Amino acid sequence: MPNLIKDRAIAIDRWTLLKDATGPEVLTAIPGKNLIVPLRFWQDYAIELEGYAGDIGIWLDSDETVSEIGDLLSEFPLIALNFPVFADGRSYSNARELRERFAYAGEIRAIGDVLRDQLYYMSRCGFDAFSLRHDQDPDRCIAALDDFTTGYQATVAEPIPLFRRR
Amino acid sequence: MYRYDGYDHQMLRDRVAQFRDQTDRFLAGELSDAEFLPLRLQNGLYIQRLAPMIRIAIPYGMLSSRQLRKLAFIARHFDKGYAHLTTRQNIQYNWPHLEDVPDLLAQLAEVEMHAIQTSGNCIRNTTTDQFAGVAVDELEDSRAYCEIIRQWSTFHPEFAYLPRKFKIAVCGTAIDQAATQVHDIGIYIVPGPTGETGFRILAGGGLGRTPVIGQEIFEFVEKPHLLTALEAILRVYNREGRRDNKYKARIKILVRETGVDVFREKVHEEWRRIKDSALTLTDVEIARCKAFFKDPAYAELTDKPEALTKQLAEDVLFSGWHQQNVRAHKRPGYAIVTVCMKETGVAPGDVTDQQLEHIADLAERYSFGEVRISHQQNIILADVRQEQLAELYCELKSQALASANLGLLTDIICCPGGDFCALANAKSIPIAESIQRHFHDHDELTDIGEANINISGCMNACGHHHVGNIGILGVDKKGAEFYQISLGGSSKNVASLGKIMGPAFAQEEIPAVIGKIIEVYKVNRESGEKFIDTYKRIGMAPFKETVYAKSD
Repeated sequence: MPNLIKDRAIAIDRWTLLKDATGPEVLTAIPGKNLIVPLRFWQDYAIELEGYAGDIGIWLDSDETVSEIGDLLSEFPLIALNFPVFADGRSYSNARELRERFAYAGEIRAIGDVLRDQLYYMSRCGFDAFSLRHDQDPDRCIAALDDFTTGYQATVAEPIPLFRRR
Repeated sequence: MYRYDGYDHQMLRDRVAQFRDQTDRFLAGELSDAEFLPLRLQNGLYIQRLAPMIRIAIPYGMLSSRQLRKLAFIARHFDKGYAHLTTRQNIQYNWPHLEDVPDLLAQLAEVEMHAIQTSGNCIRNTTTDQFAGVAVDELEDSRAYCEIIRQWSTFHPEFAYLPRKFKIAVCGTAIDQAATQVHDIGIYIVPGPTGETGFRILAGGGLGRTPVIGQEIFEFVEKPHLLTALEAILRVYNREGRRDNKYKARIKILVRETGVDVFREKVHEEWRRIKDSALTLTDVEIARCKAFFKDPAYAELTDKPEALTKQLAEDVLFSGWHQQNVRAHKRPGYAIVTVCMKETGVAPGDVTDQQLEHIADLAERYSFGEVRISHQQNIILADVRQEQLAELYCELKSQALASANLGLLTDIICCPGGDFCALANAKSIPIAESIQRHFHDHDELTDIGEANINISGCMNACGHHHVGNIGILGVDKKGAEFYQISLGGSSKNVASLGKIMGPAFAQEEIPAVIGKIIEVYKVNRESGEKFIDTYKRIGMAPFKETVYAKSD
C-alpha cells in the first residue's frame, strides 16, 4: 500500500529515509539517492555529505530542536519530524517553529507512528507530507485532513485566529 | 453567558462526527486500545470499574436552565437517573454505554455543550470563581477571559499531546475561590501600573502526588498579550516536560527541575518571539466576549427588605440556612444562594435528574435562568432577590436541596473514590457519609464554623485533600483500605498544603478521629478564630497528641 501523502494526495516517495546511520560508509553503499539523514549524522559527516550526489534532507527526533539547524535550514528541501509514538507531541511544536520562527518553506514530513487521527492537527501545525504507518488507509487519511471545517487558533494552516475573522 | 455562533456550532458538529467514526472503528477492531485511549479521553470518556464514565465540560461553571434540563435528560436516558458534580466544575455520568456516547455527545451539542478535553494529556476545562460577575470583592469579571482561554485551548493543534494533563484557573476576586495557586497555570486579574487591569500569571502549581504552590512567571501581562503568554508557557512545557515517567510529567516537576528562574527565562524568550503575532488579542474580541457576561436586567432594590427581616426572625431553620448558604451580592437587594449538594446519605456532588429539572425551574423563576457549579461540588443561584429568598428556600426544601451546611464541616469535597473509580486505592464516599452522620447536629456544626474536609481515594487527589483544612487520603496497606489524615491545607489566597498528622486509620476510626481533632480546636480556639487559624497558631502537636493518645 502506498504510504506517502503529500499536498493532500497520495504521492510517490522519492526519498530514502536513513533511520539510524552508524557511519559515512552508508553513503557509498547507496549512492545517488535523495536521503533523509538523522540530525546527528548530518552534524558528524557534513564533509562526506557535501560530496554526495543526491538531495539531502534531515530528520529530527522529538527530543531534538529546530534551532540546532537554525540558519542552514534553507539548504534543505525537506525536514522530517519523527513521532516515536503518536502520543509524543513534541514534533507539533517543532513543525510550528520551523514554519513560523524560521519561515521554512520546504517540505515538512511526519515520520514514525503517523496515524490518521492525528493528521488534522499535524497539518495545522505545518506538516504538508505524511509518511503513514503501514496499516493506515491513505484515502481515509486524506479525508481526515478535513475532520474539522475550521479552528479557533492562529496556526500555520490559518495564521489568522478565528477571533480576527469572526 | 456565552452563546455559540455558526463557527462554534460547526466545530462541535465536526467533533461529534469525528468521534462517532472513531468509536465505530474501535468497536470494529480497527483501532487498538492504545490508539483509542487518548481519543476517547479527549472526549471525556474513561473506562471505569463498572461502566464507562463520561465527564462533560461546564466551561468555568456556567449553565443555563436549558442546559440543566438536557443534563437531566441525559441522566434519565443514558444513565441511572443521576449525575455527579466534580471538583473542577464538570459533571460526570457513571453508567453510559460506549456505543451510545456519540449520541450522548450529539444531544449535548444541541445545547452548546461537549466533553472536549475533559480528560487526557491536554488543556482541560478552565475554571474560575463561582461568584464571578456578582461577587462584592471583584476587581473584574473573569468569565470573558475564561471564554477566550476556552476557545484558544479547544482543539489547539500543538498542545493535544502534552506530557500530562494541564489545568488553568482564573481569579478576578480579592478572596480566591478558584484554588488558583494549585493549578498548572493560575491567573490573577490584577491592577496594572497605569490602573488598567491585566494578569499576574503563575505556573507549576498542582496537587496529585507532589503538591506544589504555583510560582510567578509573569508579574503583569497586559490584556492583549494573555494568549501569547499562555502559548509561550505551553510551548516550553510541551517541548521540555518529562515524558519518561508519568508521575514526573506535570509542569510543576519541570519548573522544579529546571529552576523557576531558568524556566521563567525560557518562557519569556519564547514570548518575545510571538508576543505581537496575530494571536495578540484585539479590543474588539475582548469587548465581544465581555458582552456575553453583561449584567442581567436587575431591578432597583434595596438591601434587607422588611419581609426578609421578618421571615428570618420567624423561621429559625430558614435563618440558619440564610446564615450559611446566602452570600452578599454586588447589587443592592440581591443575594447569591448556594445550593449545597451535601445532604447526608447522598454522595457529595451527586444530583438526580429530578433535582436538575427542579433547579432549572428555580433558576428561571429566581435567577435569570442561569446557575453556576462550584469546585466545592455545589450549585449556585447567583442573582436571587432578597425578598424571594424565603420562597426559594421552601422550594429547595421540597427537593431535599436545602442543606444548610455550606462551608461547614459536613460540606465535604469528595472524589467518587473506590466505589466508581478504577484508579482509587480506597473508597471515599462512605467516609464522607460516616463523618456527616457523626456531625449531625446543626448547632454543633455552626458552632464549629468554617472548616473544610477534602477526601481523595488516591494520590491523584481529585478530592484536593492537600488543600483541605482537614485532608483525608485513602491509601492501600497490604490490600486493606486505610486513611491518612493531614491538617492545615487551604486553597485560599494564602494557600497552604496540609501536613500529614501521623499513621493512617481504619475506615471505622475516622469519625471519632475527626471528632477528636475538632475537640482540640474547640478547646484551643480564641474568640472568632476559624479552624485553620487555630491550627496555624498552635501547630500540629496538640492535635497529634490528642488523636494518638493511648487510652488507659
